[in-house]
Amino acid sequence: MIAILASVLDGVLVGAVYGLAAMGLTLIWGVMNVINLAHGALTVFGMFALYFLASVLGLPPYSAVPIAIVAGFVCGVVLYWIAVHRIIGRPELMSLLATFAVNMVLIGVGTALWTTSPFNVPVTLPGFTWQGYTFTGTHIMAAVLAGVLAGLLYLFLHHTRVGKAIRAVAQNREAAELSGIPTKQILSMAFGLGVALAAVSGTLIATMFPFTMLSGEAYQLKSFVVTVLGGLGNPAGALLGGIALGLVEGLSTPFMPVSWIPILEFGLFVFCLMAFPRGIFALSKG
Amino acid sequence: MWRRPFLWLILAVSLAFVLVPYLTDDVQLREGLLLAAVYVILASSLNLMIGYAGYVNFGNIVFFGLGGYVCVFLVSEWHWPLVPSAILAGVAVSAVALLFGLGILRLRGAFFALATIGINEAVRQLVTNFEPWGGATGIYLSFDAYEPLGGPMQALWTSYFLVVGVMALSLLASFAIKRSKFGLGLIAIGQNEDAAATLGVPTPRYKALVYSASAFLPAVAGGIYFFKSGIIEPGAAFNLGLSIEAIVMVMLGGQGTVIGPAVGAFLYEELRGALLVAEAFSNFQLVIAGVLLLVIVLFVPGGLMGFVHRRWPKARSWLE
Amino acid sequence: MKSTTPFWAFSGIAVAAMLAGATPTLAEDTITIGFTASQTGKLNNDSTAQLRGFELWRDEVNAAGGIKAGGKQYKINFVTYDDESQNTRVQQLYTRIIVQDKAQFLFSPYSSGLVATAAIVSEQYGRVMLTTGGAEEKPHRLGNKNLFQMYSPASQYLAGALLALKEKNPQPKIAFVYEDDPFSKAVAQAVRDLAKKDGLTLSLEESYSGSTTDFGPIINKVRGANADALLGGGHYADGATMARQLHDQNAGLKWVTLLVAPDSPNFATLGDAAVGISVPSQWEPQVSFKPDFGPTAAEFTKRFSDKYKIEPGYHAAGGYAAGMILQHAIEQAGSIDQAKVADALNKIDVTTMFGRTKFSTDPKEHGLQIGHEMVLAQWQKKDGKLVKEVIWPKAAKTADILY
Repeated sequence: MIAILASVLDGVLVGAVYGLAAMGLTLIWGVMNVINLAHGALTVFGMFALYFLASVLGLPPYSAVPIAIVAGFVCGVVLYWIAVHRIIGRPELMSLLATFAVNMVLIGVGTALWTTSPFNVPVTLPGFTWQGYTFTGTHIMAAVLAGVLAGLLYLFLHHTRVGKAIRAVAQNREAAELSGIPTKQILSMAFGLGVALAAVSGTLIATMFPFTMLSGEAYQLKSFVVTVLGGLGNPAGALLGGIALGLVEGLSTPFMPVSWIPILEFGLFVFCLMAFPRGIFALSKG
Repeated sequence: MWRRPFLWLILAVSLAFVLVPYLTDDVQLREGLLLAAVYVILASSLNLMIGYAGYVNFGNIVFFGLGGYVCVFLVSEWHWPLVPSAILAGVAVSAVALLFGLGILRLRGAFFALATIGINEAVRQLVTNFEPWGGATGIYLSFDAYEPLGGPMQALWTSYFLVVGVMALSLLASFAIKRSKFGLGLIAIGQNEDAAATLGVPTPRYKALVYSASAFLPAVAGGIYFFKSGIIEPGAAFNLGLSIEAIVMVMLGGQGTVIGPAVGAFLYEELRGALLVAEAFSNFQLVIAGVLLLVIVLFVPGGLMGFVHRRWPKARSWLE
Repeated sequence: MKSTTPFWAFSGIAVAAMLAGATPTLAEDTITIGFTASQTGKLNNDSTAQLRGFELWRDEVNAAGGIKAGGKQYKINFVTYDDESQNTRVQQLYTRIIVQDKAQFLFSPYSSGLVATAAIVSEQYGRVMLTTGGAEEKPHRLGNKNLFQMYSPASQYLAGALLALKEKNPQPKIAFVYEDDPFSKAVAQAVRDLAKKDGLTLSLEESYSGSTTDFGPIINKVRGANADALLGGGHYADGATMARQLHDQNAGLKWVTLLVAPDSPNFATLGDAAVGISVPSQWEPQVSFKPDFGPTAAEFTKRFSDKYKIEPGYHAAGGYAAGMILQHAIEQAGSIDQAKVADALNKIDVTTMFGRTKFSTDPKEHGLQIGHEMVLAQWQKKDGKLVKEVIWPKAAKTADILY
């Protein structure tokens, strides 16, 4: 019983980070109908950011968080203008392929620079132990920060001009254009924001787990699942969806052979797509 | 129908595939062409979904992998001969596809695409846990599995000819469908599904049929391909990367045309193969492929055939 | 649809690429050895280390004038392509290597899955292929005649670890947690069968998907099973993650042996989490085999570090040893004729800095490595720094077992 509770709690903590990872994906998708297949690679770049800032330059690890956000945003805007700008409004297939192409380039460059060996940033924070099960400080910190960032995102989208403009463009691009919103700039900023979220989630993940250049794949697949669970374009839903996924992983591990869990996850994924196209947490959009 | 010049084109190309490596006894060319033929099969079948019906099947590779497993299993464990195994693989996988299709074909656009990824991953995990099919280790074919075909050397040639045959079939099927009422309905669905439904096209039935049809030949091809490779394991069989490359091929050549995907597949295979062996590029071949893809998507979305049809409209009649 | 330039541009690149791929003609008296290496994809790291081993051997031999056989001196030439860590092009590339590049001998791709695919081609043409970086036994049980395995097979991998563990605890409760990929599974199941035969308790057996990102729940399961020891793992990311989480969660295990990951020097970045973790290894720089020919382990390590500025691991050593063994066989055969060299390889029973090498000649498992022994290395703290020590077999150890 205690083992189950421990797994559940751990699942929730890690799930919050899955949610953060998916937030960037769902935001971009919701605002401009683009599925960013480079999401995983961008997450990995966030992981490497932590490595360079903390292990190579010796800065305190969590200082990498704001740096990752800013750098991610800038990269996102640049990527938007290079690859995404021309395919807005075109069939989804185009955006899938364009972002996939970007993904190939990023992975190719990354592998050439850093190979596929594992990297680790040993970050330790005091956690707590309960009944023999330890909950690491890093997991707790990451979950807390994920929540904080999600909250900040919400505030941004609802209480700043740019944020509101993003939501307007997401709801109806023509109407937004007509009311004087510079849609192209807004779209680029939304994309930048999405990438920033991907990058910072990578940074947080790197405080908890070792990683390689190819780690992004697993997180990207999880992000798809979370996005579907939480509802397209719904960042709050993404956080909840991530926690739900973490819960599923935590709850199912004690009861079944671990190798069956991905089947469960993808089965759930397909089921949700069919039964709940707007996501389980179909809150109002935004 | 035999007066259509395009059919003669398919025949000529297939003959070239068969005769050139055989007469020159150029084994290396044969290997390259076999891969190209497999890609053509994947791309043409995928084109039925993407180009005609407008549904992006991201996880299309699941048919290839499952077909491979069924065929290799039959040959390895039950000692069936290759051809019946491959055919049964095709039939079985099409049936399974019909089942999947019933579930996910109600979804549209990106949702459908994601669902197909979900299916591919779920199947991969299932197979990894399925011991009779070797689980994570997969199935290794011992060399004497090639004896009924006259030894490995002969078997590789036979596999090649079979694959070329399947390739010709895939092009013919693609052409025949396009010219049929079924194909017309599909294209209507691809243009505007709701309008098509209102106009009387039986959309759910057609979608299920095309999804199932698009599974058949890739499954057969998968069976022959993995037989020739000597080993099948979950990672190689359900390789999402290859799935996406198939989409790239369809795009490169021109979706919705018959010959487009074939040309795209051939070009793509040659390009990647050349990049791999060219000393100068080997470290960056992934980057270069990515950049090329981006250029195509951004600037030439109609693909090669789109370009050709626009420039030389008269060619449309014989270069479908 | 205005711009046509990009299209012509990239067909231009394509043509240029194909022309650039044409192979140059070679001088007389060279031996061409062909193989694919995984320059991209998930196997890139280990494959590159192995490639460096090959290259060091080639450079040393060529500097000394080449391989001497049948009164002639042969310089070595490599032909190598990127297989992208995938099966798809292996057969095409090996066919090209044999037919177009006219390689006389082959090294295998890195990793067992790729070896099996390549073997169909090499067997067809009757070419000798030394398989390096492939520990699985399956490729050798398919009826081959010209395949020769350098590494200890998978079934041997954790045998030493089990023995070392039993030294410290004759009745350990063991948890087997391994990745569900062909190699890890083969290894884990082999040692599980060994443990069962010894009557040891299997507390838990779980296989996890390679895409698992969080091992927390699994580790809790291990705790719940009250295990003393954990054997398993898979490759880099998962091994490193498991080690770190085992430490972070105070899992309370007294013995952890993981595959592959702890062997990388990068594993030291785990800090305290690395202490006590042991890893089976085909070779470590500290081993003290007395070679019949070639450099000692220490000499090899020095030459490699001087050239590449990092310490060699077993992938590099395996590559180098493969070259040495092939060379020895050619010299013994006195010719580069395939049949004679294969014959010489079948007769080999020598010790190099890599250890003892002897190939099985039983047709049901031809070429399986039956002479080589695995060593067990463990991360320990020495003077405050993390180092890898060899703790098993006793004959080759450099430090005591940490339990």
